[in-house]
Amino acid sequence: MNEQQPLLRMRDITKEYFGNRVLANVSLDVNRGEILGLVGENGAGKSTLMNILFGMSVIAQTGGYAGKVSIDGEVVNFENPFDALKAGIGMVHQEFSLIPGFTATENILLNGEILHDNIVTKIFGPRLKTLDLPEMRAIAAKSIDLLGVEINPDTLVAEMPVGHKQFTELAREIHRPEMKVLVLDEPTAVLTESEAQVLLTSLRTLAATGIAIIFITHRLQEILDVCDRIVILRDGQVVKEVAASDTDIGQVAELMVGRSVSANSAATSDYNENTETILSLDHLWVDMPGETVRDVTLAIHKGEIFGIGGLAGQGKLGIPNGIMGLYAAGGTVTLHGKPIHLNDPAAALAAGMAFVSEDRRGVGLLLEEALDWNIAFTAMQSQNKFLQPLLGGLIQWRDDKAIQKVAQEYIKALDIKCTGTDQRAQELSGGNQQKICLAKAFVVQPDVLFVSEPTRGIDVGAKALVLEALRTYNHKNGTTIIMVSSELEELRSICDRIAIVDEGRIAGILPPSATAKEFGLLMIGKLTKEGTTVNSHE
Amino acid sequence: MNRIRRFVDKAGWPRIIIGLLLLSLFIAAPSVGVRVDQSITDTIVRFGMNGILVLGMIPMVQTGCGLNFGLPLGIIAGLLGATISIELGLTGVAGFAGAIGLAAPFALLLGWGYGKLLNRVKGDEMMIATYVGFSSVSFMCMMWMLLPYRSPKMIWGYGGSGLRTTISLEGFWIHILDNFLAIRIGRNFMFPTGMILFVAFMAWIMWAFFHTKTGTAMTAVGSNPDYARAAGINVDKMRTISVIMSTLYGALGILVYQQSFGFIQLYNGPFFMALPAVAAILIGGASVNKANITNAVIGTILFQGILTMTPSVINSAIQSDLSEVVRIIVSDGMIVYALTRVTRKSR
Repeated sequence: MNEQQPLLRMRDITKEYFGNRVLANVSLDVNRGEILGLVGENGAGKSTLMNILFGMSVIAQTGGYAGKVSIDGEVVNFENPFDALKAGIGMVHQEFSLIPGFTATENILLNGEILHDNIVTKIFGPRLKTLDLPEMRAIAAKSIDLLGVEINPDTLVAEMPVGHKQFTELAREIHRPEMKVLVLDEPTAVLTESEAQVLLTSLRTLAATGIAIIFITHRLQEILDVCDRIVILRDGQVVKEVAASDTDIGQVAELMVGRSVSANSAATSDYNENTETILSLDHLWVDMPGETVRDVTLAIHKGEIFGIGGLAGQGKLGIPNGIMGLYAAGGTVTLHGKPIHLNDPAAALAAGMAFVSEDRRGVGLLLEEALDWNIAFTAMQSQNKFLQPLLGGLIQWRDDKAIQKVAQEYIKALDIKCTGTDQRAQELSGGNQQKICLAKAFVVQPDVLFVSEPTRGIDVGAKALVLEALRTYNHKNGTTIIMVSSELEELRSICDRIAIVDEGRIAGILPPSATAKEFGLLMIGKLTKEGTTVNSHE
Repeated sequence: MNRIRRFVDKAGWPRIIIGLLLLSLFIAAPSVGVRVDQSITDTIVRFGMNGILVLGMIPMVQTGCGLNFGLPLGIIAGLLGATISIELGLTGVAGFAGAIGLAAPFALLLGWGYGKLLNRVKGDEMMIATYVGFSSVSFMCMMWMLLPYRSPKMIWGYGGSGLRTTISLEGFWIHILDNFLAIRIGRNFMFPTGMILFVAFMAWIMWAFFHTKTGTAMTAVGSNPDYARAAGINVDKMRTISVIMSTLYGALGILVYQQSFGFIQLYNGPFFMALPAVAAILIGGASVNKANITNAVIGTILFQGILTMTPSVINSAIQSDLSEVVRIIVSDGMIVYALTRVTRKSR
């Protein structure tokens, strides 16, 4: 009869932060051996819900919560994460909490080591017990095995690729015999597609052993692939609970944002193959760590939206970064028939190009400065906009009024949610920060705009808005946009042509109407040059 | 209630507490026989003496070079200007202006080299700066002996060569700024109008500079060097400019300090000049990568105010001459407190 009772039951969970209700009467059940997908936009309350489950101190510090959590029918109220761990709740976070200098085994059995007495412990106490390394290694190997991956238990975590770290973290959670409920928060965000696939498979295996899994991700397809049921949160409320087999991506996305997402509006129709070439790359190489570009030759037509896709680490990000002078580059880049001086960001900007970096917080924003500065700064420095010459041009005085005015215009035009132009950039949400980055580039009024990973780390609703802003800008001003993205669907929804980069070279260029299979084959380097519509190499 | 909270948020507890302490010292002063008007004069004069040195912290903090522990380098440029001006026999306004004019090239040159050095040690600027300050002071200890100064006003009487540790400015440009338009009320109150005006002018220059294109670029460099580079800014150049500015303010600052103090202090004189300036701007609410004029002004008033008031009040209260001991305890205590306030905002 035990099977009838949900393993984890959360009833009417309500939580307020300083009078701001973030969860309202949320109830959910998870059964043994079930994988529950939890989806929602950023700020929908997923993290808060999981923090309550895990007994995070932030919850108690802000006045606790209302409602009941019960495990195996027993009401629990965890004071801290240790209680939660003891009760059999495990959590794998997006960020790793592993010790880099320890091996996989040591990390997996951290604080749960197999210990034996020895002579010294008789005198000096239990702190000097011997580790049973072979036994520990066996346990570690067993839990790694269960995940269906191959990791040597003796590898140092510091030397592992990102994916293996994620699996090690997972192995640490599942080796504990009392494990009942496992919470995975965006576990696939750092994984490559194939690794993610392995992870999803191992989740199935795990669930089969009777563990209940709560799976949180932004990648909706994964949720549909692996979950039994899906709970969709919006604004702190459960809007829908549905079996994965009864729904599809469109419906889930729609429920999440509460409006229908036009995923596939047609690409700009006025694109014409015969328009003049505005930007041409000739044997471009870029030395960007992790994204090396080896030999790229491309011709971009005026007014098109050109997409660059490909798997992570193949060099797609290196192309804009190299052209804009942020990383050492060589070869020839010609804009309007004039060669661009490489390795000099100022020259690239002066030539009429702008760049929205994939590293929003690292390169894209002045986090501690006000929004108006963020928006106007690049144009001010590279084009002497928003400056008043004093003393016959000897002094370039900053025109704060003009800066505020232009910032207000863009905040309105792009619908940026903020308290005003003097708010600091770090206080905005990811989507709004991205819009600030776009505004910064728009203010420069470039002929060619590079946009790198414009939707990384922002939620579905904001994604649509950002893509819409790009499309509108392209239409209105005829600006050539080169968009680099890991999300093929996104490229296909907006671009006129899409190039796929593989091993630092262009593997081929396809129209957005090409099938997913064609794109996929290019990405994994399966197509030969002759077999496709390749028009890049000579 | 809300307004009070907003005020506290804006001013910050450290400044409110130190401000209240300073106020209570002024209130307590008459009861132990310390004259308030005299104390206010002392506080204002000390603010004027140190103001420019503290203002000199701002450019380097703003470009992310950290606090200028290498301030002695700028002070040395100032000392060179002052001594050469005396050597040339310039007196009065010409003497002071000459000192500034002669110090500036040294400050530019030393600041340029110092800036180049700091560009090579990004991330460890403050540690390196400290040693640049110390080692330059030690180097100049030798130079003060060896440089061919001739003026009998400055060199040792017995050996006939080498500069004295302390050189009086009597007859040159002592109190040249202090006395300019000075307002005197009674025997004990004096407002050094000229010096305060000069400090205000230097503060205005700093304010204006940060409203120019270059100043804006410098702030961005400190806020996020990668962003600045992507916007086409030469990060190293901006950093070098900021170091030159800091050094120049150090040179001018020590000249203002000397004309009020009445003496040029050579040899180990500049050794510990950096710490009070660093402490003042930190107490004023600056962090390691954000500082403004208000931080410098408020910090200098609070730091120098406490430094002036505590020894005299405590001394009179306990009826013994401990003023030097109390002064050291208070000033070092304030420095330690200020250094614990060092915050580096995370990205």
